[in-house]
Amino acid sequence: MKHLSEYRNPDRVRKIAQAIAETVTRPWTIMEICGGQTHNIARFGLEELLPKSISLAHGPGCPVCVTPVSLIDKSIAIARQPDVILCSFGDMLRVPGSRQDLFAARADGADVRIVYSPLDALALAKRNPDKQVVFFAVGFETTAPANAMAVFQAAEKRVSNFSILVSHVLVPPAIHALLSDPENRVQGFLAAGHVCAITGESEYWPIAKKYGIPIVVTGFEPVDIMLGLQRCITLLEEGRAVVENQYARIVPPDGNAPALRLIREIFEVSDREWRGLGTIPQSGFTLRKSYQEFDATRRFSIPDIPSRESPDCIAGKVLRGISTPMQCPLFETKCTPTRPQGAPMVSSEGACAAYYRYRRVQTAS
Amino acid sequence: MPTKKQLTCPIPQSDYPKITLAHGGGGLLSNELVDKIFAPVFNDPLLYERHDGARTNVKTGEIAFSTDSHVVKPLFFPGGDIGKLAVCGTVNDIAMCGAKPEFLSVGFILEEGLPMETLWQVVLSMKEAAKSAGVRIVTGDTKVVEHGKGDGIYINTSGIGQIISPTPISPASIQTGDAIILSGDIGRHGVAVMAAREGLQFESHIQSDCAPLNRMIEALFDENIEVRCLRDLTRGGLATALVEIASSSKQSIEVLETTIPVKPEVESACELLGLDPLFVANEGRCIAIVPEKAYDLTINTMKRFACGRGACRIGVIEKTSGSPQATLRTAIGTHRLLSLFSGEQLPRIC
Repeated sequence: MKHLSEYRNPDRVRKIAQAIAETVTRPWTIMEICGGQTHNIARFGLEELLPKSISLAHGPGCPVCVTPVSLIDKSIAIARQPDVILCSFGDMLRVPGSRQDLFAARADGADVRIVYSPLDALALAKRNPDKQVVFFAVGFETTAPANAMAVFQAAEKRVSNFSILVSHVLVPPAIHALLSDPENRVQGFLAAGHVCAITGESEYWPIAKKYGIPIVVTGFEPVDIMLGLQRCITLLEEGRAVVENQYARIVPPDGNAPALRLIREIFEVSDREWRGLGTIPQSGFTLRKSYQEFDATRRFSIPDIPSRESPDCIAGKVLRGISTPMQCPLFETKCTPTRPQGAPMVSSEGACAAYYRYRRVQTAS
Repeated sequence: MPTKKQLTCPIPQSDYPKITLAHGGGGLLSNELVDKIFAPVFNDPLLYERHDGARTNVKTGEIAFSTDSHVVKPLFFPGGDIGKLAVCGTVNDIAMCGAKPEFLSVGFILEEGLPMETLWQVVLSMKEAAKSAGVRIVTGDTKVVEHGKGDGIYINTSGIGQIISPTPISPASIQTGDAIILSGDIGRHGVAVMAAREGLQFESHIQSDCAPLNRMIEALFDENIEVRCLRDLTRGGLATALVEIASSSKQSIEVLETTIPVKPEVESACELLGLDPLFVANEGRCIAIVPEKAYDLTINTMKRFACGRGACRIGVIEKTSGSPQATLRTAIGTHRLLSLFSGEQLPRIC
């Protein structure tokens, strides 16, 4: 895997850091949208290389973090039904619902399994015709094509015991919501490279224009992130509100046409609730009418369960970049990855967990 | 007496091709397992006594005593199987106490329906591992659980060894300036097992590092190296071992990312699954903390053994100011604080 040596090259990273230091004349706040980027910024200690005047805000781009509690409760209620196999990606299992997480439901006897692809869940449904197999379809635009493909194949092959619990969210409406917030302090964005590999960059131009901010489509390796920051800072210094693509090796300007066609075939855009952010209009996907038979919420009649959140958790502010994890009174005390109070402490992409795990070493003074 | 060449199970297929509940009942079928499989394969005079336990003489002095249970799935994976793992697990734990492992007990929990041939292969593999470690399997027990109540085979091993280190091997013995030596590349066992698991669709040729480390450790004492602390890097991997040592020794540790060997295949698999090789399990790797002046000799001694061929120096024990911590100096030159994972490392979504 060449990209590991090429895009983690220490000399390149340091040279970019040097160039950034030479460019900056004023303080700037930049948000990386994607949890994968947050994870790597923390893992590689990249903030240590930035001038003090640059602050990074960590965005809501962690699918696990923004899945609403009500849906997690719903997934647990479905998993507890007889003859159901509930499948999900790994870190979803530890996200606290109102009363418990999916791991605890599994310990109570529910059949909850980790899969690596929605197509694995579909295969499981074919192998277990006497069970209902439900895939908890969370994620941004990145995971939407694979989830759409699972539904498409289920329809084509008439796999009637397969359904998905949809919690799909979209990046551009979230950026709109963040920028319209009166408390917003973000001046530039690093857009998520993998999301744009599907959607392309066109949706970001109107945002850059409307709010007068630069957006740089950025990859995930240290060199990518540093280059993304360098471009974003340069644009901020020059006062240019445009979209640039640092990740052109992966992101074509128009995205991935077959993937987008598949998404449009299966899903339609709808309002979505985001954990910590509330309901954002037109910010997610729902199954189209023609595929509603694969909607787990229709297949299982689960009454709405009143959901509970920890009252002291400031996850919403952290996800909006208004507060840092360290400003939360629960951070490291009542809230740790072992006993998470809010979702950003669960996933390694969540800002709180990333800070907890990789927090910068306090240099001994 | 079976030799390595005898690859088929001596219990005729027509009799009992699979384990039944009666094999754990203590009656004739239990005896048959002992007579035809365990006793002849492990082939130890103490086993032939058919006593309730093993009676033997040991040298007087300090002993180390340890136990380890194994529930790995799948039972066979590239580079090893549950039998080899069960022997190496306890052997390595005893070696890490600064002792020479001598006797093992084996407790099998078998699931009704387990193919006899599978048990046979596992037992043969235990024999090989015990031979390579130079330990004797001298007592054991078998229970059978109903079909569906187990994963084929669970194995517990316990063991006793004679302490051979002249000074206590413990985090408390660590001193500022000591060198941290890693015995080889990390992450192979965890990735090999994960790749072999059903449902994970990527091809890999990664072999588990599963191996007994005791002869390599004994060689360090033969060379009169003043070993301060030893730790095998099992669940939780290198990072967890470093964090635990820092916390119990009250000393700070710094390791250099660029000096920690990770095979490119392991690194790629970890990238794909969203895992961090520093936290991935190993079953044949350890760290030795030794005085700085002894690090050359330690590495050269380790390199004489297949399990230590990749031995290298990865860091130092630092002067502690404030709370002790384990840090990684990244290739980029930044610092990352290592801390314990809660539970298992879970693959990330994207």
